[in-house]
Amino acid sequence: MTDDDITERARHDRLVAAWRDPPGLWGFLTTVDHKRIAARYIVTTMFLLFLAGMLALDMRLQLSAPDMHRMTPQLYDESFALHGSTMLFLVSVPVMEAMAIWLVPLMLGQRNLAFPRLAAFSYWLYLGGVLMLWIPHLLDVTPDLGWFEYPPLSGPAYSPGHRADVWAQMITFTEVAALAASVNIVATILKLRPPGMTLAKMPLFLWAMLVASLMTIFGLPAVMLATSMLISDRLVSTNFFSPAGGGDVLLFQHIWWFFGHPEVYIIFIPAVGFVSSIVETFSRRPIFGHAAMVLSMLAIGVLAFGLWVHHMFAVGLPRLGNDFYTAASLTIALPAGVQIFCWIATMVGGRPRLSVPMLWVAGFVVTFVIGGLSGVMTASAPLDLQLTDTYFVVAHFHYVLVGGAIFPLLGAFCYWFPKATGRLMSKRLGLVAFALIFGGFNLGFFPMHILGLWGMPRRIYTYGPEMGWGGLNLLATIGAAISVAGGIVFVIDAWRSFRRGAPAGTDPWGGSTLEWATASPPPPYNFDYTPAVDSLTPMWTSELIAYDGLGIDKRELLVTSVADAEPLYRQNSVGPSIWPLLASLGVAVLFVGSIFTPWAIVWGAIPVAIALTFWFWPTRDRATTGPFRKRTP
Amino acid sequence: MKRRAALAATLALGGCSGVQTPLAPVADQAHSQYDLLLLMLWVCGIIYLLVLGFLVLGLWRARGGRAAAVAPLLEPADKRLGRLFAVWVAIIVVGLLLLAGGSFLVERSLAAAQADETLRVRVTAHQYWWRVAYRDPAGGGWVETANELHLPVGRTARIELGSADVIHSFWVPNISGKMDVIPGRANAIDLTPRRLGWFRGQCAEFCGPQHAHMAFDVKVETPAAFAAWLAVEARPARAPGNAEQARGMQVVTQGQCAMCHTVRGTAAAGRNGPDLTHIGSRRSIAAGALSMTRAHLQGWIANPQAIKPGTMMPAVTLSPADADAAAAYLESLK
Amino acid sequence: MTLARKPRIIGDLSALPDSAHGAAHLVWWGNLGFMLIEGTGFALAIGVYLYVTSITPSWPPAGDPLPPLFWSGLFTVGLILSEAPNLVVKRLTNRHDAERVRLGVLAMTVVGAALLVLRGFEIAVLTPSWSQDAYGSVMWMLMILHTSHIVTDFGDTAVQAAWLYTHKIGPDQFADVEDNCNYWSFVVIAWLPLYAIIYWLPRVL
Repeated sequence: MTDDDITERARHDRLVAAWRDPPGLWGFLTTVDHKRIAARYIVTTMFLLFLAGMLALDMRLQLSAPDMHRMTPQLYDESFALHGSTMLFLVSVPVMEAMAIWLVPLMLGQRNLAFPRLAAFSYWLYLGGVLMLWIPHLLDVTPDLGWFEYPPLSGPAYSPGHRADVWAQMITFTEVAALAASVNIVATILKLRPPGMTLAKMPLFLWAMLVASLMTIFGLPAVMLATSMLISDRLVSTNFFSPAGGGDVLLFQHIWWFFGHPEVYIIFIPAVGFVSSIVETFSRRPIFGHAAMVLSMLAIGVLAFGLWVHHMFAVGLPRLGNDFYTAASLTIALPAGVQIFCWIATMVGGRPRLSVPMLWVAGFVVTFVIGGLSGVMTASAPLDLQLTDTYFVVAHFHYVLVGGAIFPLLGAFCYWFPKATGRLMSKRLGLVAFALIFGGFNLGFFPMHILGLWGMPRRIYTYGPEMGWGGLNLLATIGAAISVAGGIVFVIDAWRSFRRGAPAGTDPWGGSTLEWATASPPPPYNFDYTPAVDSLTPMWTSELIAYDGLGIDKRELLVTSVADAEPLYRQNSVGPSIWPLLASLGVAVLFVGSIFTPWAIVWGAIPVAIALTFWFWPTRDRATTGPFRKRTP
Repeated sequence: MKRRAALAATLALGGCSGVQTPLAPVADQAHSQYDLLLLMLWVCGIIYLLVLGFLVLGLWRARGGRAAAVAPLLEPADKRLGRLFAVWVAIIVVGLLLLAGGSFLVERSLAAAQADETLRVRVTAHQYWWRVAYRDPAGGGWVETANELHLPVGRTARIELGSADVIHSFWVPNISGKMDVIPGRANAIDLTPRRLGWFRGQCAEFCGPQHAHMAFDVKVETPAAFAAWLAVEARPARAPGNAEQARGMQVVTQGQCAMCHTVRGTAAAGRNGPDLTHIGSRRSIAAGALSMTRAHLQGWIANPQAIKPGTMMPAVTLSPADADAAAAYLESLK
Repeated sequence: MTLARKPRIIGDLSALPDSAHGAAHLVWWGNLGFMLIEGTGFALAIGVYLYVTSITPSWPPAGDPLPPLFWSGLFTVGLILSEAPNLVVKRLTNRHDAERVRLGVLAMTVVGAALLVLRGFEIAVLTPSWSQDAYGSVMWMLMILHTSHIVTDFGDTAVQAAWLYTHKIGPDQFADVEDNCNYWSFVVIAWLPLYAIIYWLPRVL
């Protein structure tokens, strides 16, 4: 070992000492390591994906033949409510947040996120949301009105009991968690970039997370408002949604979809980031049309907020409004189409190499574009009047959500698994899983387009034999079962590879961005030195450049300027803390209590205030001046 | 015409019943929507094939082997791709303009003020059935029936929609698109059927556990047949024709049934459930859940929860003789 | 264990300061993020209020009284005036003047308490109740949203005052005080459209 190696070794040990977590359970509960927090997020979301998939299979079995009595209508309604709510609030958005939490600091060459405790808080609150939905399910107070519970059906008159409150508060948990994570991501991407990474030199994945997080900040408050107003109607007799009291049932739909439409793009945009990273690496060249990609992400981010009425084409709004929202909804196909072109052009103009992540990208293109085109069809108000609330639209949104978010996510999982774990996944099992999931999904969901055109409405627990829907429904069930089998193969591959996959090394794919510069898995402190960049593809330049000087025995982050990433100052970064967990427990008590009484908000605020005070209480020396100075005996 | 016959044949082959589908349009509204659907399928189909072709081009040259072993191409010459990009954007813009244009045209035609004298029908949605009311041409009052809509061919019917409870959606796909039925809101939908026949509508907005069983029959008939039907509907209930029916009338109009149901011309004047005055001539009962037969009537009355668990109709316990009589009476109410 | 390949060192960051204030400071952006979230919430709530206005024949609806102007006016004037000491405190943080900042934050705590008292009177005389009709519901929604912000900012300021008096103040804590001042400004500015809508729109329509 050279002197250099010994110095590097000593440096590494000191950094580990500064950045590692306390051992055991205490370390688990207090960690603010973004990688550990992301890992627990991803494990939790994958488990919930499995639960939601089981619910889906149950529903598919019920529908595979006419007049099946396996499931009562109550049980079926609970299933589709749980399935939709779990997938949208407990899987899709959180898993994207988790990928950001894990990857953003690594791609920026930073040692942690801007607000480490806030990231931990996000996870605990998210877990609260999971429990808020699933524990009541075990207690038979399952929400049963779908993933959007329109009043008056969800109002006090037609939904006595607490099922709708459980649903609404689950959303409150996950919405606060998502907002906290988004502020974290935005601050990290704007202020913690490596020297030289101007906005023009920022990789597309980071743009995607920035846009998705900003969309979350502007979109999620609407769902908070909608669910709070619903709970308020139910609990303290407000009249927001009751026509008799001067309110309007449609008000809920407007606020709901003002959130609901951006929500699906909040899910899709991170996938744009995944696909861009994978295509760049496996085409061996920078993405074609970088500027067009950035502009199209920004365009989608803004346009998404102007489309929500296309979920309400059938409610009888003025025709002029329908025309406007048809035009706007069609327009968003343009930036999406631009992105599809750019990715494929990158392959055409590059040196493409096959791999499991690239397979998922191919599957994504084939599947998502079908979803996008069926979306173009539903964007037209007059045609949507035939298609909405039928299995056609069920097919549409599964094609865009599964094809457009889950497939890229699975590709991203395979792509970054070696970095996160230090091991490679199996190519063979990856191929099998892909074939089963991709094939099963398309077999399962393509027939639903036809079923919708054959008149089958959504959210029905059974149908008569005379409708002629049995054959395609059976086909759909078989397809769904095949894709679940593929999911199981995927999980088995992940588990086996985690235990004894081949060692990956730091850069198995020859990637272009900074996360591939550090060890696999990264040490607790991520990077030995502070990388600087001078291009969009720093790993592909001849040498890596970096700064020294960031603290080794204390936790420090380099803060840079927003536009030009000029180094500004060194920020102290916080270490492990129990307060995010305790604060989220307090918040959980407040949220759960307020289902039963509005006073929970007042009394529940007190423990939350105490926890937050301890959280933010800076530990510094006692004052030596002023009336409360420390008096020496 | 030939295209539609071919499509109908395909539907039949595929097993679809053909009476609840936008693919077999029988009215002005559904025809416009069907034409728009075809335009969409063409444009979207072409776009999809272009994307697939381009993807194949991209992956055609892809090899296996370690990506890391291939040197990155840092300054790629992208002139041709740049030109292709411009062409692609142009294709998308043209395609979207086509679809937007088609959409606006259909929207205009759906909104076109109906010149011909419009028939007004009032439909009120309940959990889980449809109250249907026509103006009585003779008396001027409202003639009520349930779960069955009759329309004269070639005339526009304006359906005025109201909800008695939660949000429902009125949808007869062969005739027109959906219109949501929203409490506190007066929505209306125009139907202009051009072909005779029976069609099926179904509630298309989740309204509770029996949303799945909230259908209704639609009969498009000649103006003469329609007028005749309406005249019969306007009349009060038929008197019982034999002893069993008389006993049945007693059970229905003086027992529990009368709390929720109306049989015009008798003491039964309840409004919570469907009007039964002419139930015997309807095609189905329980909002399309069962065809209209005596056995089905009896089964429904004896245990509605078994057929539609969660329905608002309570189980009514009748002695076997009373049950037979009630079914006989209702069946006779043509 | 495999370490990553060592890069070429092109500079040293240890000479950089270890703190900043204003938009250069990292936490400032977190504060901004939360203001964006709350601001969006306010904007949407105002949208809800205006929507209900648009579907109601008269505003306030027949039978509902106009909201009283006395305590609300007093509160609004007080809130606007409180911005002056707030901006003074903010300027003091940049000069790292520990004693004056302590006094300033204490003063803002007292101001916040006084405003809460005024807000209490304002709420006490506000009718109709939220369950009376949709007008009451949206009016109370706006009031409760804003009041919860005043309460939390008051709590923040009080806790800050307690900490400042008992500890040595470092640059990061001066930055925290500045962030709190910014948030107070946000609370004041947010009240202006809310005040106009709750108290004056019903009089104008």
